[in-house]
Amino acid sequence: MGREARALGSIVRRNFHLIRRYLGWEVVFLFYNIVNTLTIGLIGLSLPPSQRAKTVVYLAIGALLWNFLSILFQEIANAVSWERWEGTIEYSFMAPIHRLTYLFGVCLYAVLYGLLRTMIVLLAIMFFFHVSIRHADWMGALLVLFGSVLPFIGLGLMGAVLPLISTERGAQATQIIQGVLLLVSGVYYPVSVLPMWLRWFSYASPATYTLQASRAAILQGRSMGSVVGVSLELMLSGFILVPLGLWIFTSAEQWAMHRGTLKRNG
Amino acid sequence: MDTEAFNQTLALECHHIWKVFSNTSRNGWHRIITKTEAVRGIDLKVPRHQILGILGPNGSGKSTLIRMMATLLIPDQGTISVFGMDVLRHRMEVRRLINRVSVEASFFKKLTARENLAYAAGLYGVPNLRAQQEATRILERLGMPKTKLVVPLENLSRGQQQKIAIARALLTSPTLMLLDEPTTGLDPTSRREVQDFILQVRAEHDATILISTHDMQEAERLCDRIAIIDQGKFVANDSPGELIRLWGENHGLEHAFFRLTGRDLINEQESL
Repeated sequence: MGREARALGSIVRRNFHLIRRYLGWEVVFLFYNIVNTLTIGLIGLSLPPSQRAKTVVYLAIGALLWNFLSILFQEIANAVSWERWEGTIEYSFMAPIHRLTYLFGVCLYAVLYGLLRTMIVLLAIMFFFHVSIRHADWMGALLVLFGSVLPFIGLGLMGAVLPLISTERGAQATQIIQGVLLLVSGVYYPVSVLPMWLRWFSYASPATYTLQASRAAILQGRSMGSVVGVSLELMLSGFILVPLGLWIFTSAEQWAMHRGTLKRNG
Repeated sequence: MDTEAFNQTLALECHHIWKVFSNTSRNGWHRIITKTEAVRGIDLKVPRHQILGILGPNGSGKSTLIRMMATLLIPDQGTISVFGMDVLRHRMEVRRLINRVSVEASFFKKLTARENLAYAAGLYGVPNLRAQQEATRILERLGMPKTKLVVPLENLSRGQQQKIAIARALLTSPTLMLLDEPTTGLDPTSRREVQDFILQVRAEHDATILISTHDMQEAERLCDRIAIIDQGKFVANDSPGELIRLWGENHGLEHAFFRLTGRDLINEQESL
């Protein structure tokens, strides 16, 4: 157990070391993130005064949550591609630790890193838009956010499988999945505006429920009790998606070890 | 690991290993599947404390074989045991006993040697402080100053990176070291230092070492036995002296290699 904990810590530490080494890029990405969020929020300011505050918050919630959830998905899904690119995948995968520990380390880092970046963007939003949300139920919103972590980890694990299966196209496919989630989850608009055939996809995305419940808690000040149900449903879907993701990942790893695709770069 | 397994006289045993790779390409609407027999029915026994060299031209199956021993590739047929434990059924136990240095030093290039070593130590459950002290000691022995530990790996020469890779492998005190062309691309001095170090590791750490190489002199200097592999098959497996006597007409290992494989290794290397 102690050995696994030490390994877990070393994976998280390694990734934070990498952030430090790529600090220039981190600053650029963060800057772009902030500017992108502010730009989206500014759309709200173009509306009549009576709708401004609400629209800005509506859009900001979307931008912030998407920021967090997409980082979560991206970091987990790209873990394999990243190791392949660095040429370390074989070293990491032949270490005497359970694959669960490795993946849990990647997920833990993704959560911490996602929270850190989202907090910085949130501070920028608060500084830029002076909107007050007096009736917001922040605890409820946090509960929803907490509930959405697990299903997104599950999705990330499934996404991480793709580079294992297809060396060349796997990483590209994870970007496509991320794009589809952005389109169908109602990040900046209600899913009701989507054509019916696309709306079916939105029902399958955990982000749809996260966004709807968070907006209900923050904009309408719904009590924590009213979002507990959604949060539990999200967690429940996580309890299905995470083991499923792990099973798919380990099966794909076995497949890659049969085919000899663990090693190749590109 | 249980003592009984460790006390096995055989560090490594391969029984009739086969590995075939399939490659799919397209010609219009047609899928063309080509199969490459990378390893063909290899049998091997490596007693504990031995240094076994695997000598073979490029694409002969050396790295594939080492990958299978390192639990990174699953054989299509046959079994591999490390200290009596099957590499597939006891994967975790085997991984605790082995470490591998590959031809391409697999590091996070932006991280310093110290950060890379800390990561490796964590994966193998070695306390970080102990790992750093040990790594410093090993690297000093390999002629690398302490200051290099805080330099990003991408700023070090290939030889220096390879020395750090060896230090990293030794941190975990492996009882079976798999060295896949560890000295390829090193200058003569670094090559000599690494070779001396390999001999020292065997003497001090009670390690069994399997080394694949292109270098005839290296094989002759380091190895107790040399297995020559060609097109996925062992064509000879004997002590260097016997190989030279039986196949080299006393003209050296290169001559023996040429006769056994029908190829000139040096020309092949140069053509790459």
